[in-house]
Amino acid sequence: MRIEVDAPKCVTSGQCVMIAPDVFDQDDDGIVIVLDENPAEGQRGVVEESAAVCPAAAIFVIED
Amino acid sequence: MSGFDGRVLIVGASASGLAVAETLRREGFAGRLTLVGDEVHPPYDRPPLSKQLLSGEWDKERVALRRSADLEALSADFVLGAAAAGLDAEAGEVFLSDGQRLGYERLVIATGVRPRRLPGQPALVGIHTMRTLEDSLTLSHRLKSCRKLVVVGGGFLGAEIAAVARGLGSAVTLVEPAPAPLAPALGERVGESIADLHRERGVDVRTGVAVREFVANGSHVTGVVLSDGTELPADDVVVAVGSDPNVEWLATSGLHIDNGLVCDEYMEVAENVYASGDVARAYNPLFGEHIRVEHRTHAAEQGMAVARRIMREAAADPFCPVPYFWSDQYDLKIQAYGNLRGHDEVAVVDGQFEGHRFLALYRRGDRVTGVLAMGLPPKVVHGQRKLIAERTEWSSALENVPSPVVVAQ
Ligand SMILES: Cc1cc2nc3c(=O)[nH]c(=O)nc-3n(C[C@H](O)[C@H](O)[C@H](O)COP(=O)(O)OP(=O)(O)OC[C@H]3O[C@@H](n4cnc5c(N)ncnc54)[C@H](O)[C@@H]3O)c2cc1C
Ligand code: SF4
Repeated sequence: MRIEVDAPKCVTSGQCVMIAPDVFDQDDDGIVIVLDENPAEGQRGVVEESAAVCPAAAIFVIED
Repeated sequence: MSGFDGRVLIVGASASGLAVAETLRREGFAGRLTLVGDEVHPPYDRPPLSKQLLSGEWDKERVALRRSADLEALSADFVLGAAAAGLDAEAGEVFLSDGQRLGYERLVIATGVRPRRLPGQPALVGIHTMRTLEDSLTLSHRLKSCRKLVVVGGGFLGAEIAAVARGLGSAVTLVEPAPAPLAPALGERVGESIADLHRERGVDVRTGVAVREFVANGSHVTGVVLSDGTELPADDVVVAVGSDPNVEWLATSGLHIDNGLVCDEYMEVAENVYASGDVARAYNPLFGEHIRVEHRTHAAEQGMAVARRIMREAAADPFCPVPYFWSDQYDLKIQAYGNLRGHDEVAVVDGQFEGHRFLALYRRGDRVTGVLAMGLPPKVVHGQRKLIAERTEWSSALENVPSPVVVAQ
């Protein structure tokens, strides 16, 4: 599982950071930062939930 | 994970309906899944319609909610360009306007809202509302040549459109019947600060006046007349005066309709029927009342909760969201948590109105029920969410604030 974000789409809601704090963070302007581009399988639930709830549809979970 | 594996029908194929569908599959739902939507487009996002798409910064491909491969992976039947026209809950069937009947074992209604019109609003070229992709593309095109724009309604939507149009060089007048834009939701003082922001950027803000009539030349609008008699010439007019839930198709269904579909904290409207998103007025245990929320994040979260309820039934948690909302006005972001409407008091606890950077708390009874930040770093604002989630008492929230500025309304 690989994470991609479309940062210019991010609306700085912080939803992903609340759900998956080990995978996502925000910079000083609130824009999403990916902390872990290849999260462990154990993070799948929270990562998929972050992508689903992101109000900007800016998070993509890619299966290689 | 096992669970329900019957037939699920979702009416409304947008943010909330899609969240239901995706969460069902993530929860292991193996049954048949159908989404009916009256728009011809695959699910797309609405917030950019009054922001990046309107300004021309984004092209229309960028507002798609999912890539086509992700939609295919859902293994759902998308019935697009088809409106639901009626429901027979007893038989477990939805009728479409083309006469088709679709059976279900669980039905999710996520039909959203549509823009309200002014009483007696004529059908003239140049009068716009803003809800769909087409609405945004049409206005965006017009703004390229529109010299004079009148925006009727100073809510978040009207204010955003005014800001974008100013940025594109139109002369903009914003007309709001309340004493200040956004005053009904945010209180007068905060609303005045937003009015000042717009005035500083060159918007002509007229408050305390309504639109009495439209002026036309043939089939084209050429202006509006205000309740005080002033005539404002306009190349285009945007009407952004709120919205109404799309529930007419359920009129004879027997479902409880009162400003949306009334449902409990599990979004159950009736047996096997759920509501989700802007159309739903669900009981929120955090505020102890039924509230209908028109926020993008809430639409997705509520859809996820509906899917979990369908899959887990009694084992699902009640849905107690802290509503979150953002709005972009020029280069400033407004962010809010909670339920700001119907507040008793507002206190500014950080920053100040001058310069438009402040943090305000909203009180109802003895609790903090809302938090609003303007022009502040998002991370600072997110820390305030817990005030609502933990139902913090007003006095304890203000305890450590050195000099809160309390504005009565
Ligand atoms: C211009 C604009 C800007 C916004 N900006 C923000 C923002 O900055 N921040 C924020 O938090 N929120 C914002 N919102 C609100 C947010 O977009 C909504 O909360 C969200 O779209 C709600 O999703 P929904 O799926 O419940 O409803 P909708 O998105 O309205 O989707 C309902 C769908 O059902 C369809 N439908 C209706 N009736 C039928 C029928 N009978 N049969 C079949 N289909 C039907 C509709 O056509 C529509 O496609 C904005 C909304 C708009 C319009
Ligand atoms: S959830 Fe989406 S919009 Fe919100 S901070 Fe994360 S990436 Fe940005």
